[in-house]
Amino acid sequence: MSLDKEKIKHVAKLARISVDEAKVDSLTKDLNSIFKFIEQLNELNTDKVEPLTSILNQSLRPRKDQISDGKIREKILKNSPKKNEEFFVVPKVVE
Amino acid sequence: MTDITNQSLKEIIESIKSKKISSLDLTKSYIKNIEGAKKLNTFVTTTFDQALDKAKEFDSKPNYEQTLPGIPLAVKDLFCTENIKTTAGSNILNNFIPSYESTVTKNLWDNGAFLLGKLNCDEFAMGSSNETSFYGNVINPVGDKLVPGGSSGGSSSALAANLTPATIGTDTGGSIRQPASFTGIVGLKPTYGLCSRWGIVAFASSLDQAGPMTKTVTDCAIMLEAMSSFDEKDSTSINKKKEFYSKNLKDSIKGLKIGIPKEYRVNNMPKEIDELWEKGKKILKDLGAKLIDISLPHTKYALPTYYIVAPAEASSNLARYDGVRYGHRSEKGKDLIEMYENTRSEGFGDEVKRRILIGTYVLSSGYYDAYYLKAQKVRQLIKKDFDDNFTKVDAILTPSTPSSAFKIGEKTKDPVSMYLNDIFTVPVNLAGLPALSLPAGFDKQGYPLGLQLIGKALDEQKILNIGYAFEKNCGFKNKIKKWWS
Repeated sequence: MSLDKEKIKHVAKLARISVDEAKVDSLTKDLNSIFKFIEQLNELNTDKVEPLTSILNQSLRPRKDQISDGKIREKILKNSPKKNEEFFVVPKVVE
Repeated sequence: MTDITNQSLKEIIESIKSKKISSLDLTKSYIKNIEGAKKLNTFVTTTFDQALDKAKEFDSKPNYEQTLPGIPLAVKDLFCTENIKTTAGSNILNNFIPSYESTVTKNLWDNGAFLLGKLNCDEFAMGSSNETSFYGNVINPVGDKLVPGGSSGGSSSALAANLTPATIGTDTGGSIRQPASFTGIVGLKPTYGLCSRWGIVAFASSLDQAGPMTKTVTDCAIMLEAMSSFDEKDSTSINKKKEFYSKNLKDSIKGLKIGIPKEYRVNNMPKEIDELWEKGKKILKDLGAKLIDISLPHTKYALPTYYIVAPAEASSNLARYDGVRYGHRSEKGKDLIEMYENTRSEGFGDEVKRRILIGTYVLSSGYYDAYYLKAQKVRQLIKKDFDDNFTKVDAILTPSTPSSAFKIGEKTKDPVSMYLNDIFTVPVNLAGLPALSLPAGFDKQGYPLGLQLIGKALDEQKILNIGYAFEKNCGFKNKIKKWWS
């Protein structure tokens, strides 16, 4: 299959990345050559193969459901580009 | 006078222990080298003042029992370091100062080392030449205009140029072993789960693994010992007893069975790589190992599988960069969605955007089964190839890369040709196995080439032993001349 420009703009929208109109052509070309490469996998019949979801021979360890830190609001907010004293600040969402 | 920075980590540790050199003088020697090597562009951040303080602190109260007593170390800028800027080679983290320390770096500091600075890398570790970094490409000390490999290119270059006595990188599809091969050093990707991923900027969580990059196999064993640990904070960390890899190094490999996979002889592979492989086989055979021809039939499907799995995981991991909680935030956009879109467009480079788009697409409704599920199934077949063969052999010997270091700009126009660099390294990540890249020879231009030893899961000691025996009998000596200062 091939990806057209409209499809790529749609995927970019899903990924929340604005794409420069001038770059759409080269992006389309690059992604199509990558997908052509990826689609070699279609040569293989995998009907009877179980998908691999973990390479570890162990199941994930559940942890105790308890608070292990806390009172670190300042640390968490420290790297925020916009904040007030207690919250992250985002552009207005509700009128 | 001999230059201490020419020596191996093991020799430097011995000099510290026998008080031939103080930690302060050692640190000053590296700072001098780093200041004279700006052309290589290996460092994103230096922490000299802090390093000098730590060195003085060590000298005033030395503890020689530690694995890395008073040793200054530079690390890849993908490891979060408390109160020290951590960029992952990206503009989107240009102002990010972690309030916590990664488990792996904390282990190094707990063993007596301290930070010299943060090393350049491909943006979010996505690249094979260090050309995708927002902070500019790193130069390989092997030759002007040559790439150092990637993504741990700052690490490989800094080590080869004597700017740090040892270092660490991360390897998602070859990011430790390929740059190690390009710069004539030793690089190990440990078994998935041996080193904690906690505090490492995430790329593809089912593949990412931290590991050492060093001048010798012994140094590699010392570093692995110091950095690996079970970690509650990483849900995929393996809970096992601590191993003492350097103490247990043995150079006897008599009777070991070494698999030689026929699928690693690819079309158009330079003759020099083939000759290097033959040389490697001969060295191991002469040491008493038994060579066995094996087949890993799904090898050619490893890269296409990787380019579904890794971007899928990356698109999910990188969703966190939204300009709200940390990192760059765009001033443009009339609402929240536009702020996200502009932040991510300004913050990410072209290769990262490409991979996020691939990942988003293969996970999107209607395409999941055709791509992501298919890749997970092929990943199973690739793992099975290894499982089947490891009942017959102790380790597998292959070339590390299909070529030596290439010129800056040579492969940037064609993403697929860049991806093909990792053809021999990617299968190991998909199967979660350990693999060691060893410097083994040179091509006709005099650029270093590496061989790769692949082991069973958690069989690091065995591949280190084989590497140790190989190193003693290979006689590789890096020919780097200091042209950059």
